[in-house]
Formats: sequence, C-alpha cells, structure tokens
Amino acid sequence: MDFTLTKEQELVKKMAREFTINEVTPIAADLDDRAEFPLENIKKAGKLGMMGMPFPREFGGAGSDYLSYIMAVEEISKGCGSTGVIIQTHCALCAWPIFTYGTEAQKKKYLPDLLSGEKIGAFGLTEPNAGSDAAGLQTRAVDKGDHWLLNGSKIFISNGGVADTFVILAMTDKSKGTKGISAFILERGMEGFSIPKKEHKMGINASVTTELLFENVKVPKENLLGQIGKGFKIAMTSLDVGRLGIAAQALGIAQGAFDQTVAYMKSRKQFGRSLNKFQALSFEMADMKTRIDASRLLLYKACNNRDNGLPSTVEAAQAKLFCSETAMYVTTKAVQFHGGYGYIKDYPVERMMRDAKITEIYEGTSEVMKMVISGSIF
Amino acid sequence: MALNVIVCVKQVPDTNEIKIDPVKNTLIREGVASILNHDDANALEEALKLKDIYPETKVTVLSMGPPQAKEMLIECLAKGADDAILLSDRALGGSDTWATSNALSSAIKKIGNYDIIFAGRQAIDGDTAQVGPQIAEKLDIPQVTYVRNFKISGETITVHRALEDGYETIEVKKPCLLTTIKELNKPRYMNIRGIFDATQKEIKVWSAKDIGVTDTEVGLDASPTNVFRSFTPALKGKGKLIDGETSNEIARILLLELKHKQLI
Repeated sequence: MDFTLTKEQELVKKMAREFTINEVTPIAADLDDRAEFPLENIKKAGKLGMMGMPFPREFGGAGSDYLSYIMAVEEISKGCGSTGVIIQTHCALCAWPIFTYGTEAQKKKYLPDLLSGEKIGAFGLTEPNAGSDAAGLQTRAVDKGDHWLLNGSKIFISNGGVADTFVILAMTDKSKGTKGISAFILERGMEGFSIPKKEHKMGINASVTTELLFENVKVPKENLLGQIGKGFKIAMTSLDVGRLGIAAQALGIAQGAFDQTVAYMKSRKQFGRSLNKFQALSFEMADMKTRIDASRLLLYKACNNRDNGLPSTVEAAQAKLFCSETAMYVTTKAVQFHGGYGYIKDYPVERMMRDAKITEIYEGTSEVMKMVISGSIF
Repeated sequence: MALNVIVCVKQVPDTNEIKIDPVKNTLIREGVASILNHDDANALEEALKLKDIYPETKVTVLSMGPPQAKEMLIECLAKGADDAILLSDRALGGSDTWATSNALSSAIKKIGNYDIIFAGRQAIDGDTAQVGPQIAEKLDIPQVTYVRNFKISGETITVHRALEDGYETIEVKKPCLLTTIKELNKPRYMNIRGIFDATQKEIKVWSAKDIGVTDTEVGLDASPTNVFRSFTPALKGKGKLIDGETSNEIARILLLELKHKQLI
C-alpha cells in the first residue's frame, strides 16, 4: 500500500490551488450573491487543460489519471463549490459518456470542443416524476425513420442554462422499463429544445441549474449515443464517475470551511484568549480533521481503483456518501464556531454550509448510495 | 522568427513564511517551502510569451542550486519551457554573486547560440540584483535592467526601463540580457498537459567540470564577498503622516511638531 502522490499529482494539486486562490476564491461570494455562472474562469480552466483532464490527448484531453482530476475538483471546491460541480458535471456526465460510448464520428465531433472548454456539457436524466427511480422517465424518443422525435422535459439540470452539448436520457420503449431507456446527444439551439426555467437554489448558486423542455425535437439518427436500450447503463456508469467528482466537491467544501475556521479560531479572542485555546473547541476540530482525512482516503482509494481498472462502483458510492456527510458536518460546525459572524455573508462559511447540503442529494442521494453499498453486502 | 531564449531562475525560500533565528541571526529554513523566485517567474513568463508569438522559439531555463532545485525546474517545464539545466555540484556551493555569475555565464557559453537572456530583477533571499548584470558583463553583451516592456524588430530590441519616476527608452542589439520586474506581466499557471509532459522530460544536471570552471572561479573560496554580520533590524515606531490643505499649512504643522519634540 502506497499513499505517496506521484509528481504529476503533486503538481496538479499545486497548480489547482494557485488557480483557486488567485482566480476562484476572490469572486466566489459575489457570484453566489448574483447567481452568476463563472464563464470567464471556466474558459481559463479550459485553456489550462482542466475541462478535459482524464481523457486522451487524441481528442484534446490532458491525458491525466482520475486521481489528478479529482484533486483538481477538490482544490477548486475549497474556494467555490459551484465551480467544482460545473467542471465535474461537464467532465463526468457529458464528456465521459460520449468518450466511452460514442462512435468515432461522435467523439471527433464533440470531444475536442468539450475537452478544451470551448463548449460546456450537461446531462439530463432527472424529471419531475423520475429521480432516483429512472424507470419512471416520461421523456420519449420515437423512431421516425430518418430521425428521432423527442418530447418531454427534464428538471434540476446542472449547467443547463449554459451548456452547448447535452447527453439526454429518454424512453424508446416504455414496456421494457429501464431497458427501454436510450441516450442521445443534443445540441443547444435544436428546434423545439428550450430552457424554460432557471431554478433558484439554496446553494451552489453560481452553477446554473435549469429545466429543459423538448417539444418535437428532431434528433438526427447519428446522435443516438451507444445502443438502443442501453441508456440506463450509460447513465449509471456515468454517475459512477460523477460520484467521484461530487465526493471531491464535498471534500473541497469541507476542507475549505475547516481552513477558514482554523484561521478564525486563531484570531478570534473571547474571555482573554483565542478560540483555539479552548479545549472543547479544539477537540471538535480534531474530530473534523479526522473525518476529512478519512473522507479523502476513501475517495482517493475509489479513484485509485478506477485508475487501475478495478471495481469502483461501491467505492465511489462510499466516498460520495461519506464525503458529502462530512461536508455537511464540518460546514455546520464551521458556522457554529464562527458564532454570529458565521451566519453573516461576509464570512465564506455561510456559503459553504449552503453549498454542502446539495452534495448529499444530487447524483444519487445518500439513501441511494446506501442502496448501492448495501447491495454489495447482501 | 525562431528565437533562442535562456531564462536564469533561482529557487528561494518563501520569505512570506520565513523566520529569523534571534540568537544566530540566520534564516530558519526548516519547514519553509521553496519557490521559484518571484521576479524570475516574470522573466520566464516573458520568454513564454515570445514562444506564444513565435512558436519556433526555444526556451531554456537555467539554474544553479542543490539537487532539490529540480522541483522548481519541473514547474518551469510545466509552464511551457522546452529545456531545463541545473548547475549542481558541491564545488559550486557557497558561491557569492560573482562566483555564481561565473558559473551561469560559463553554462550559457556552453549552451551557446542565444538571442535573449532573461533574468529576474533580484532574488527575494539575497536581494542583491547583481547576478543578471554580472552575467551580461562576463558574456560581453548589452544589458538592460528593470525592464517594463520591450519590442523586438529584427536585430534590435527597444526596451522601456523603469525608473522611480518614469522610464527610459533604450535600444539594444541582440544578443542581450534583460532583467525583469513584476510590472512586466502576470506569470501563467502550470497547465495540466504541461505537467504530464514535464515529468517525462530530463532535467540536465551539469557539474563544475561540465561547464569548465575551477575553484578559482566558483565556490566559497573563490567568492570575494564575506558576510560580516546578519541581523534583524529593530522595529521602528510608526511614522506620522501630516495632512493639510496647502503646502504652507503642512509646513507650519511640521514645524510645530518638530518644535514640540524639541528637535529644533
């Protein structure tokens, strides 16, 4: 067992940290306040190779391992959880399924622009009546001979309002349940494809979350992604990758809140001494640090499995479950330790606590993670 | 235009985190991160900008230091430098600026065929600002220090040299040495592809023998500088800013203050 990072991983961490400190953190509060997408930073991240890290060079990727990619998402999320999830959604849920299941023509058409960050990707599975239970999808795709005709809608779509390329799941044969789901590549601007509503959320406000509406959208035949009826598998395997990213986002938020709290406790004085001199508080910090480190080990192990071609579905679910719950635990404590200031928007822990909550919900709730994990036990 | 550019860089302790041993008056280096000297990062950035404009340009980073300076050179490669050379040898240890510039200029002669040498204005550990200019002298090429911006046209480079209250415009011929200040640019980040490429590249390590220098030119014994004493300056009291509507009024308040303090 070797816990040493490679030289590349060390440098990726350092580079992502510098980028975060200089570019991401300074504008995070303002973007959150105005619910504005960090377009400029995403373009910068693209130029630095961060929008296509774990993909081969031949399609414009950076050719990194998954662990390096996850470390970059973690570092960025220390400063801004929204920016972290934007990158992770783009990479894991749009570029990854196209790279893994796409035809050569699809890969050549879509990947270079996605992996360079020129275009932004999104993924559409969730519907008003189908979230954790994908068999309930109501968006339909009907074979019309020379094209597919898509009708239906999606909700809670990360990057929805800004994406150029979408991987969309739709029923092609309702009678077959999840085996009747197929995946399609859609482009912004296709006739009948609209974005009717932007969601107002508790947190990750700079990540634009929208509804998608499909009204007789003619999708070219060549935009079917993978085989007919294999959409559920495409979605689930993409979410396996996505869960690593959400775990990294959660871990970054937890670490960011922890670091803020350490600094605050050193400077804040009450009863004639700084907060870190109170043993009751410093012991709680010890618990927080231990949970954060345990989260990181679970996540890095899951990434290591994926990098080495070992099973990682259960490991990713465990990492996602534990990292997201750690994020909620640590950020709640961080606000508490900041006292009244923690509740004020001048301090970043207020935003971090709001941002943390979603990590227990999206890309599989904690309860769904427990279904995956318990399924491996019994 | 295909330029050959050499950038002299130094690994330095991060002085933001540095503490001084109050008894020995030396730097406490333990636990302090080593970084690429700030002004040298600007020097590298300028070289990489030339490569952006003229993709045929070759950028070589050159440093002298202990083996761990390779860490910094990998970062320079990850930002886009083509080649990295480290002068590392016990015989070079203890070199002052004169001996250091002997070593670096000898290495540059060995590299040969250069158009521009960039160096940072000064290093944050020694703050001498001597090595860059000394290299130019020893190579017998023109130098311009404190470069704020410059423009290349053919064999001529027009340089704006920063002064405290303005700038000078100077024309120099290639090859030349320019020392850079932070106002020149904002250094780029490493990029992910660059990181994965950099770790595959070899960092050349040259010894004193490789660059043909002896102990009369490099190392502690060859260094004419002796550190007499290092000390931490005692903290002075805060200065006082005198404000007023007119210069007459300010002069009057100043006079009053000086009288109060019985200085005049």
